[in-house]
Amino acid sequence: MKSTDVIDQASMRDDIPDFAAGDTLKVHVKVVEGNKERLQMFQGVVIARRGSGLHESFTVRKLSNSVGVERTFPLHSPIIDHIEVFTRGDVRRAKLYYLRDRIGKAAKVREKRD
Amino acid sequence: MANKAIVGEKLGMTQVWDDDNNVVPVTVLRVAPARVVQVRTPERDGYSAVQVTYGHKDAKKLTKGLAGHYASAGVEPGVRLVELRLDDTSEFAVGQEIGADTFEPGDSIDVTAVSKGKGFAGVMKRHGFAGQPASHGAHRVHRKPGAIGQCATPSRVFKGVKMAGRMGGTNVTTLNLEVVRSDPDQQVVLVKGSVPGPKGGVVFVRNAVKGGATEGAS
Repeated sequence: MKSTDVIDQASMRDDIPDFAAGDTLKVHVKVVEGNKERLQMFQGVVIARRGSGLHESFTVRKLSNSVGVERTFPLHSPIIDHIEVFTRGDVRRAKLYYLRDRIGKAAKVREKRD
Repeated sequence: MANKAIVGEKLGMTQVWDDDNNVVPVTVLRVAPARVVQVRTPERDGYSAVQVTYGHKDAKKLTKGLAGHYASAGVEPGVRLVELRLDDTSEFAVGQEIGADTFEPGDSIDVTAVSKGKGFAGVMKRHGFAGQPASHGAHRVHRKPGAIGQCATPSRVFKGVKMAGRMGGTNVTTLNLEVVRSDPDQQVVLVKGSVPGPKGGVVFVRNAVKGGATEGAS
């Protein structure tokens, strides 16, 4: 146990679903505009999950108007309203950075079949 | 000089989120309640300070001198006996406890501790010298200081020229840090940013003594 865990416990979320690289997520993010708050969805493939404990983060990549957009979230960030796992991906790597160099069909992640 | 001070132990760094959901990097300090053992006054001691102890130490492990010192104060022996220099000690009495709630969130503080020892360090690390070129004829001098003085006049190296040597392991004070949270129940104080020294090191916290960021200023 790390000595700073007493502080970290309070910030840790327990509503994070189980997901890994290759999965497609719908991340519902709280967006503050002026004094109003609304939810915005960011849907894409998880290409990396790094770190541990409170400092863990994950990166989601999506194509927006055929431009690649990546967003990295702290896993326990309070701006995340909730995370939906859309599909499970069948991948052999923990980090899918190779998707950045691929376009079209080659950039697709196969769906996991049980 | 300071009018509030506490002594604690550095636990390490982590992060918290503020009200606007921004990440705030914090250093966690464990501040056990400190018991005042002696109050030093200018009249008797020539300076003003409170001598405090914290934690618990087996009475059998004390030297006779320390045991007598604690006994005459009527205070339970602690792991360490330290002095906190303060402007005004009139509010303090022997036996009084000083806890983490001395400081409120938003307070501006100075943190003093012994920095991590870096060993024998070169001039680039120790004094921030620029070093020398990586190529263009540079021969084994990439991290060397270069010239350290003139020639026949003065035919010596001036005192105080910055050179390589022992670095770290000295008292360092970081000024004007901000208290993010203080929790006497958990005996912790969260300070925004980093503080000197290793994890487990003893740190002294006092309210900020130099201008800089004042409360309410942006």
